[in-house]
Amino acid sequence: MREVIFMGKVLMKGNEVIAEAAVHAGCKYFFGYPITPQSELVAYMARRLPEVGGLFLQAESEIAAINMVYGAASAGVRVMTSSSSPGFSLKQEGISYLIGSELPAVVVNIARGGPGLGNIQPAQSDYFQVTKGGGHGDYNIPVLAPASLQEIVDLTLEAFDIADKYRTPVILLGDGMLGQMMEPVEFGERSVVREYEKNWATTGSRGDGGPKTISSLDLDAVTLERRNWNLQRKFALMKENEVRYETFMIEDADYIMVAFGTVARITMNAVNRAREAGVKVGLIRPISLWPFPERPFIETRDQVKAYISIEMSAGQMVEDVRLAVNGHAPVDFFGRTGGVVPTQDEIFEKIVTVAGGVSV
Amino acid sequence: MTMKTVFTKTTGLTDKPTHYCPGCTHGVIHRLVAEILEEMGILEDTVGVASVGCSVLSYEYFNCDMTQAAHGRAPAVATGVKRVLPDRFVFTYQGDGDLASIGISEVIHAAARGENITVIFVNNAIYGMTGGQMAPTTLIGQKTATTPFGRDARVQGSPIKVCEMIATLDGAVYIERVSTHDVPHIGKAKKAIRRAFETQKKGLGFSMIEILSTCPTNWGLDPAESLEWVKEQMVPVYPLGVYKNKADGGK
Repeated sequence: MREVIFMGKVLMKGNEVIAEAAVHAGCKYFFGYPITPQSELVAYMARRLPEVGGLFLQAESEIAAINMVYGAASAGVRVMTSSSSPGFSLKQEGISYLIGSELPAVVVNIARGGPGLGNIQPAQSDYFQVTKGGGHGDYNIPVLAPASLQEIVDLTLEAFDIADKYRTPVILLGDGMLGQMMEPVEFGERSVVREYEKNWATTGSRGDGGPKTISSLDLDAVTLERRNWNLQRKFALMKENEVRYETFMIEDADYIMVAFGTVARITMNAVNRAREAGVKVGLIRPISLWPFPERPFIETRDQVKAYISIEMSAGQMVEDVRLAVNGHAPVDFFGRTGGVVPTQDEIFEKIVTVAGGVSV
Repeated sequence: MTMKTVFTKTTGLTDKPTHYCPGCTHGVIHRLVAEILEEMGILEDTVGVASVGCSVLSYEYFNCDMTQAAHGRAPAVATGVKRVLPDRFVFTYQGDGDLASIGISEVIHAAARGENITVIFVNNAIYGMTGGQMAPTTLIGQKTATTPFGRDARVQGSPIKVCEMIATLDGAVYIERVSTHDVPHIGKAKKAIRRAFETQKKGLGFSMIEILSTCPTNWGLDPAESLEWVKEQMVPVYPLGVYKNKADGGK
């Protein structure tokens, strides 16, 4: 068994980094289904998991894959599945069941252009779907959005910890660009995998003092409401403890850009260029899309002239920005959709337009 | 004179009263499965997967660890459980709407992979829980809430014969159709369920027992008439017998 294969820096593809990071997190079970642009993740797991005594299984559909995840999670192990937008839609039923049955798992969405079959170019147009529930019922789900391959390593490990800590599925959201690009990454020493007691798992009742059940069904409205309030308390706890974001030059900023994932990197270049041109501009990069980081907005909204949300969609995160800004400042938006990636030039032009020109 | 206990309820069932209608044979089938788990001494080593439909609450009745699956997905959930816990016994308990309609893909692929699980497939030719709609197993001419003039093959197609279909797959090891319409057949059903779990115990692969069952409420028949209807109407369309037995090196 090869437990560690990567020491020092290695050049890898984003999809493979997610897979290897999951192995580092102690995930030994993966159920997948091919779909571009995340297929390398599935193929990587197929050859990697047997090396660590784990199991890879190709399911007959995304629906079957997420339900195999449900079964494995109910048996108490760390488990993952991955897909891209159209396939991710098919997993939403299963994700709702994972929430209702309080089962931990990590679900990856390497998003592509939509709606429908769309295309295989990068997109962030699944933001609503992943952050606003997506499946049926009253729920929230933690969503982590890395912007670099190195950050994938850290966030994948954290995703598994959050999943186990709160007994919840966690979504790792990337886009086709992040999945396909290559960058040097470091996995470091084998990460210490936190062990979580899973005495709720249905593994056979021998020695347990009685059978256990895992179910999201509750035919009595009053008791289901009680369960739902308990879920809400858990969501409130996550909102308190699991907010992640990064800020760049917002202290003196007149204008604050908001972007996540790969778009944040492009936006960062535009911010630097605008600074050189004399515009006081900064950047807030949400890393957890749910819970959405409200604090950096509350702290800046009475000083800035405007926020500009930059997205690879027709405008989705901008709604959360507006909620966080709550009318204290104007919120503007620039986005490209359908798989088109916004350029640094376009974003720079947007900043200049909103700022009413540059002085240089 | 002291009384001697000659019969007790199986420990494979909880004491919770079931919600099944009078004359429904789900209760009988629950008991057969539970008795086998008890007799084989594997109750504490078993994880059952409940489905959606009338048997959705079976997790409250079987006295073993139970997981409740989404509609039709029980064989996929069971796959996840069994792949993590290969030394545990894993079974699904599914009706014909759940298995033969929305979940036909999951059961076919579980069988094709030769998953070492046991599927208990209860076929009563109708959707019970939702109020008596047509199932893929509804007989030609049978009136249901969604075939008020009777199932017409030209409009709704013909009944799916699940055992015949699954038996064609290499991964399927033990496939048998049994019935619950009288005591001798209930005895045969129990034997079939035992063979399925023994197949799993030997690690041979996929086993499924289809059990013809009643739905007096939605058929509009009394319990006795319902048993007669299974015998007269269902058995000719769904012939009883062993469809696959690779366990004994047979067909």
